[in-house]
Amino acid sequence: MNLLSLGLVHGLIAQIAGTIFGMALVMFFRVVAGLPAWEREPVFVGGAIVGAIAFMIGVGALNDWFKWARGEKTSDDISPDPDKPNWTRFFSVDYDHKVIGIQYGVTSVLLLGFGGIFAMLFRLELAEAGITILNSDIFELILGYSGPHLYNSLMSLHGIVMIASILLGVGAMSNYLVPMLIGANDMAFPRLNAFAFWINVPGAIILLSSLFLGGFDTGWVGYPPLSLRAPLGMQMFLLGVYIVGLSSISGAINVIVTVFRLRAPGMTMMRMPIFAWAALATAFIQLTATQLIGLSFQLTMLERLLGMGFFTPDVGGDPILYQHLFWFYSHPAVYVFILPGLGVISELLPVFTRKPLFGYRWVAYSSMGIALVGFFVWAHHMFSSGMSPYLRIPFMYATLLVAIPTGVKFFSWVGTLWRGKITTPTPMLFVLGSIVIFLMGGVTGPPLGTIATDLHLHDTWYVVGHFHDTMFGGYVFPFFAAIYYWFPKMTGRKYDERLGKLHFWLMFPAFMVMTLGQIFLGMLGMRRRVADYDPALGFDPTQLLITIAGFAIFISVIIALYNLIRSARKGEVAVGNVWNSRSPEWQIPNPAPLHNYAHPFHVVGQPYDYGLQDAPYVDMDPAGTPAHS
Amino acid sequence: MADHHMTASYKERLARNRMGLWLFIISDAFVFIGLFVARVVLLPGQRPHLEQGLGLVVTTMLLVSSFFMNRAETELAHGNRAGFMRGTLITLVLGTIFLIGVVGIEWQIAPFGPADGAQGAIFYAMTGFHAFHVLTGVIFLAIVWNNGRKGHYSAEEHWAVEACAVYWHFIDVVWIFFYPALYLMGTPVL
Repeated sequence: MNLLSLGLVHGLIAQIAGTIFGMALVMFFRVVAGLPAWEREPVFVGGAIVGAIAFMIGVGALNDWFKWARGEKTSDDISPDPDKPNWTRFFSVDYDHKVIGIQYGVTSVLLLGFGGIFAMLFRLELAEAGITILNSDIFELILGYSGPHLYNSLMSLHGIVMIASILLGVGAMSNYLVPMLIGANDMAFPRLNAFAFWINVPGAIILLSSLFLGGFDTGWVGYPPLSLRAPLGMQMFLLGVYIVGLSSISGAINVIVTVFRLRAPGMTMMRMPIFAWAALATAFIQLTATQLIGLSFQLTMLERLLGMGFFTPDVGGDPILYQHLFWFYSHPAVYVFILPGLGVISELLPVFTRKPLFGYRWVAYSSMGIALVGFFVWAHHMFSSGMSPYLRIPFMYATLLVAIPTGVKFFSWVGTLWRGKITTPTPMLFVLGSIVIFLMGGVTGPPLGTIATDLHLHDTWYVVGHFHDTMFGGYVFPFFAAIYYWFPKMTGRKYDERLGKLHFWLMFPAFMVMTLGQIFLGMLGMRRRVADYDPALGFDPTQLLITIAGFAIFISVIIALYNLIRSARKGEVAVGNVWNSRSPEWQIPNPAPLHNYAHPFHVVGQPYDYGLQDAPYVDMDPAGTPAHS
Repeated sequence: MADHHMTASYKERLARNRMGLWLFIISDAFVFIGLFVARVVLLPGQRPHLEQGLGLVVTTMLLVSSFFMNRAETELAHGNRAGFMRGTLITLVLGTIFLIGVVGIEWQIAPFGPADGAQGAIFYAMTGFHAFHVLTGVIFLAIVWNNGRKGHYSAEEHWAVEACAVYWHFIDVVWIFFYPALYLMGTPVL
C-alpha cells in the first residue's frame, strides 16, 4: 500500500505547499502596494489561510463540487474501492457517515491527548509554589520562550484544544449515530459531511502551530486588548478556531436536514431515539451561534492586521463589544458540548435498567429548552466586566432558568433508575458517573449565575472546578460510555470489560479529587490563569493532590486507549444484539454493514418500552413492503 | 419524509437541498446581525462620512439586479432559455458594477482608511464582509451562466439556478439593512 495514495498525505503536502505559496502571495501584494515585503504577521496569516484551502483541495474534499461547477455529473455510489485495503478509507475522503464518524472520533481523541499533555505540563508546574519546571532551558530551546508565558500558553491551548476535541467528539457521535438511529443509510449531504470533517485537520494544525509561533497568553477567551498585543501565536489560535467553526456550521446543517427528512417510515419526532433529539438541539446552537465567535475572532484578526479599531477604546473601539459577541457563541457552546452527552445518558439508561425512559416527551423538550434558554444567558460571564449594571439582573434570572430543563433531565434519569433491573457493565458505570459529576456541575453553577456570589468567585479556581464538572459529567464520561457501548457496532469486537472497569474506577475518584480540590482552592481565593502562587497561602498540598489526580486521569485514558486499540484487533467477536437493546442499530450485523439497513424498517412502537410484552419498536422486515421507489 | 438516500428522487433531493440552503442562510445572517450590532454600539447616532450619490447608485444597481435574477429563474421555469441566460447575465453585470462601485470607488475616495477609528473599522468591515458575499454570488452566477450556456438546467430541474437566486436575494436583503445603516442613520462623523 503506497502511503502517497492516501488523501491525508496529499492534503498535508498540499497544505505545506499552499502555506509557502500563500506567504509568497502576501509578500508579492505587499511589494505591489509599496510596503516592505516581509512582515511576520500578515505573511504568516496569509500563508495559513491559503494552506488550509490547499489542504482541502489536496485531500480531495472539494473534487465533486468542482465537477458540479463545471457542469459534470458525479456518482452517488459511495461504495469504497474494492482494490484498496479497508483501513485506507479512514485516511482519505470517504462519504460513508460511519467512516466519517470514526474519523471524527479518532481525531477527537488525538486532540484530547494533546490537551491532556498540555495540562500535565502545567499541572507539574502548579504542584508546588514558584516557577520550576516551565523555566527549563529545553522549552526555551524548542519554543523560544519559557516560564510564566509558557504556562499561560499551555493553559490557553489546553482550553481551546480540549474544546476542539469536544466539538469533534460531538461530531463523532452525531455522524456515527444519528443516521443509524433514525434508519437512514447516510447523512443528507455526504459531501458536506466529508468537508466538515476534513476542514478540522488543517484547522487543528494551525491551532497547534500557535505553540511554536510565540504562544498566546489570553486564555481560550482571547479578550482584547490583551489579544491585540499577544505574540503571533494569537493569530494562529484565532484562525484555527475559525476554521474548526466552519466544521460546526456545516455539520449542523447536515444533522438538522438528516433528522427532519431521512427518518424511517413511522418514525415520528416523538418516536425517535432520544439521542437524535439531543443532536438536533445541539445542531441548532452550532448553526447559529458559531457565526458570532467566528465574527469576533475575524474582527480581532483584522484589528491586529490592519489596525481597525473595533476593540481598542482610544481609537473608538469597545472591548466589551468583543465579550458580547464572543459569549453569544461561547455560552451556548457549552450546551453544544453537553447536550449530546446528556442524550447518551438518556439513551443508555433504559437499556441497563430494562425500563422505559421516564418522561420521554419532556426529555426531548428539555434538550430544546436548554438550547433555547442558552441563547439568553451569555452576559453572566460578564458580571464583573464593566458592562451596564442593569443588564446583570435579567441575565441572572435567565441563567437560573437553565436549571429547569436540566432538572427535567435529572428527574427523568432518577425516574428511569427507580426500581430498575440495573446492571453495571462499563458503559453503565460511565453513565452513572456522568450523572453524579454533572449533578456537581449543576450544584456549583448557581453561585456563579448569581451576581452577588459571582463577584466573589469570578476568575477563581472555583470556576475551573465548576467547568470541569460540567465537561466531565456532560461530555467526557458520556463520550466514553458511548465509545464502550457502540464499540462492538463500530469494530465487530468486544472491549476488555476488566480494563474498562479499571478505567472507570481510576478516572472517577481521581476526577473527584481534582474537581473538589479546584473548587476548594477557588473558594479560598486562588486566581485562575496564574502561573504561580504565594507559598504562604498554604495551597501547596492541595495543588500537589490535584496534580496527582490529574495524572491518574491521564493514565486512565491511556488504559482506555490501550483497551480500545487492542480490542479492535484482538477482542472477542461480538455477535448480534450485544446489549439486548430495542434500538434499530443493534438489529443489524456487527460491524454495521456499508449502507446500514438493507431495506427500510418500519417503526411500530415506542423506543424505550423495555419490559413490556409485545411492544416492539421496529419491524426490521416489514412483510410485503413494496420495493422502495 | 423518509426516502432512503442512494435512490432518493429529484423531488426529495430538492426538498433536502432547499432546507439545507435556508439553514445556511439563517446561519450566515448571524454574521451580518453581529456586524449590525457592532455598528450600533461603536457609532451610536453617527454614520461614516460617505459619498451619498455613489451609495444611491450602487444600491439601485443591486436592487435592480435582484429583479433580473428573479426574471432569469422565472423564465427558465417557463422554458424560456434565452430569457434565463439574458437575466443571469444582466444580474452578473449589475453585481459586478456594485462591486466596482463599493470596493473600486467608495473604498478609494472615502476620506478615512480602515485604521481611522470606529468609522473606518465599521465601514470597511461591513462593506468588506458584504462585498465578499457579492463576489461569491457573482462567481456563482458565472458558474450558472456557463453551465446554462452548455445546455444544462431544464424547466423542471434547475436547483443550481434556484439556489443561486435565493443566495443572490439574500445578499440583496442584507444590503437593504446595511445601506441605511451606513449611509442614512445618524449624523456624519466629523
